[in-house]
Amino acid sequence: MTEIDFESLARESYGRVLAYLASRTRRLEDAEDALAEALISALRVWPLSGVPDRPEAWLLTVARRRLMDSLRRVKEVPVDMQLLSDVVDEGSTAMELPDERLPLLFLCAHPQVDEATRTPLMLNVVLGLEASRIASAFLVTPSAMSQRLVRAKARLRDIGFPLDIPPSEEAARLPFVMDAIYAAFTTGWEEGPTAGDELWELTDEAVHLATLLADRRPDHSEANSLAALCLYLDSRRHARRREGKYVPLSEQDVAVWDRLKIARAEQFLSRAAMQGSVGRFQLEAAIQSAHAARLYTGRTDWGAISALYGFLLERYPTVGGIVGNAVALGEFIGPDEGLDALSGIDESKGRTYLPYAAARANLLKRLNRNEESLDWYLTAQGLASDPAVRQYLVEQVSD
Amino acid sequence: MQFAVMIYESDQDFQERVDPDKGSAYRGAFFAYMKVMQEAGVYVTGVGLEGAARDTATIRIRDEKRVVQDGPFVEAKEQLGGLAVIEVESFEAALEWAARCPAASRAGVEVRPLMGG
Repeated sequence: MTEIDFESLARESYGRVLAYLASRTRRLEDAEDALAEALISALRVWPLSGVPDRPEAWLLTVARRRLMDSLRRVKEVPVDMQLLSDVVDEGSTAMELPDERLPLLFLCAHPQVDEATRTPLMLNVVLGLEASRIASAFLVTPSAMSQRLVRAKARLRDIGFPLDIPPSEEAARLPFVMDAIYAAFTTGWEEGPTAGDELWELTDEAVHLATLLADRRPDHSEANSLAALCLYLDSRRHARRREGKYVPLSEQDVAVWDRLKIARAEQFLSRAAMQGSVGRFQLEAAIQSAHAARLYTGRTDWGAISALYGFLLERYPTVGGIVGNAVALGEFIGPDEGLDALSGIDESKGRTYLPYAAARANLLKRLNRNEESLDWYLTAQGLASDPAVRQYLVEQVSD
Repeated sequence: MQFAVMIYESDQDFQERVDPDKGSAYRGAFFAYMKVMQEAGVYVTGVGLEGAARDTATIRIRDEKRVVQDGPFVEAKEQLGGLAVIEVESFEAALEWAARCPAASRAGVEVRPLMGG
C-alpha cells in the first residue's frame, strides 16, 4: 500500500474520529495524541495485514483505548466514560461513525482564536496536517506555527472546548468558518505551485472543507457558493501551467479544465442560487462561472463579467475585486477604462500588490505607453515569488 | 526591525550571472527585486559578492600562528552571493520579502535579524 493511499484514508478519517473523541472527552489535545498513536499503529500494521474494511472504526477503537488509558492516569477528568465505552463496541461492529466534524470546524473558528490562526488550526485539527507542512504554505517557520497552534489549543482548553454551538450563535460564526476555509484555498492557490510538495495541495484540503460545509448546510447560500467558487478555480489547476510555464486564464486551454469539478461547482452554485439571498461568495462564484462558460461557448463574455464585478464592488469592495474589474473593463471596453477602474487603488499601495502591478503594466502596454508599462512590469516581476509567473512577466515586456 | 536577507548561490548561478546569453535575464530578476524593495520603502542597504572562485581566502589564527587558506570559510555547494538589509515590521514580513528573492527558487535565501536592529 502506498503512502498516498494511506494519507487520503487517514485525512478523511482523522477529523471524524477526532471529533467523536474530543466531543465526548472535552480533551482535544489528549484525543489528538491518542489518534496520532493510532495512526502510527496503522502505518505499522496495515501494510502487513491489509487495510481493514472499516479503517475509521479500526482507528477509533485503537485511539479510544489509548485515550482511556491516558485519561485514567489523570483522575480528575470528568469524562463520560460510558459514552466512550459505547464507542468501542459499536465502533468495532458495523456502526457508521457519525460525522461531527462540523462542530470541530466551528471550534477552530471560535472568536477566542486569533483570526490568523483559524485556518492553520482547521487544517491541523480537522484534517490532521502537521504544523511543519502548514508553516511552509503560510510562509512562517515550523517552530512559530507549532507555537501558534499550541497557544490556540490552550486558549480553547481554557474556555472548555465549546463544541456545542447554540443555533443562535451558529449563524454568526458561520462567516468565520467560511473565511478561514477560503483563506486556506487562496493560500494554496497563490502559493501552491511554489510552496507545496508535489503530492500535497492545500487547495485539495480547502475544497474538502468547503464541500463538507456545503453538504452539511445545503440550505445555506454562501456555504454552497464558497464550495462552488473553490471548485471553479480548482478546475483550472492543471491549465495554469504548460510545460512548466505560467498560462493566464484567458490563454488557458479549456480542454485541460476539469469538467467534473466544473459540473460539481455548477451544482453547488445552483443550490446557492435557489436560496434567494446573494452574498459575496455567490457573486465571486458567478464571476468564475462566467469564465467557465468559455468551455461551452468558446469565448469569454467580458460584459457579463464586468457587470458581476460591478455588483460585487458595490457591496463588497476589495483590492482584488477592483483589479479584477479593471481587467474585465479593459477587455470589454478598452484599456483606458481599465486604467480608470484601477484608480480606485492608491498607486503606492499598488507598488506592493502583484495583481495590480501586472494589470496596470498590461493596460499601459496596450496603450503603447511603453516606458510606464516597462516600469510596472519590473515592479510586478520583483513582487512575484513564483518563478514561472516572474518569467511570464519578463516575456510580456519583450512581446 | 532590520533583517539581513542573505542570498545563496550555486556555482552554476555564479556563472549564469556573467553568462553572455543568460546573464542579463539573471541580473534583471535581481534588479526588479531590489526595485520593489526600494519602492516599498523596506530596502536599507545591500551588497553583491563575486563568486568564491577568485580572490577568496580564509584566515585563521591558531596558537599564535596564522594560517591562510584558499577559498571560503565553509566549503559548500552554495555560497553567499550577496545580502540586502531590510527594515520591516516583523520577522514574518521579512520572510515575505525573502520569498520574492529570485534566489529562493534556486539555491536559497536565509533571513536573520540584525544585532540591535
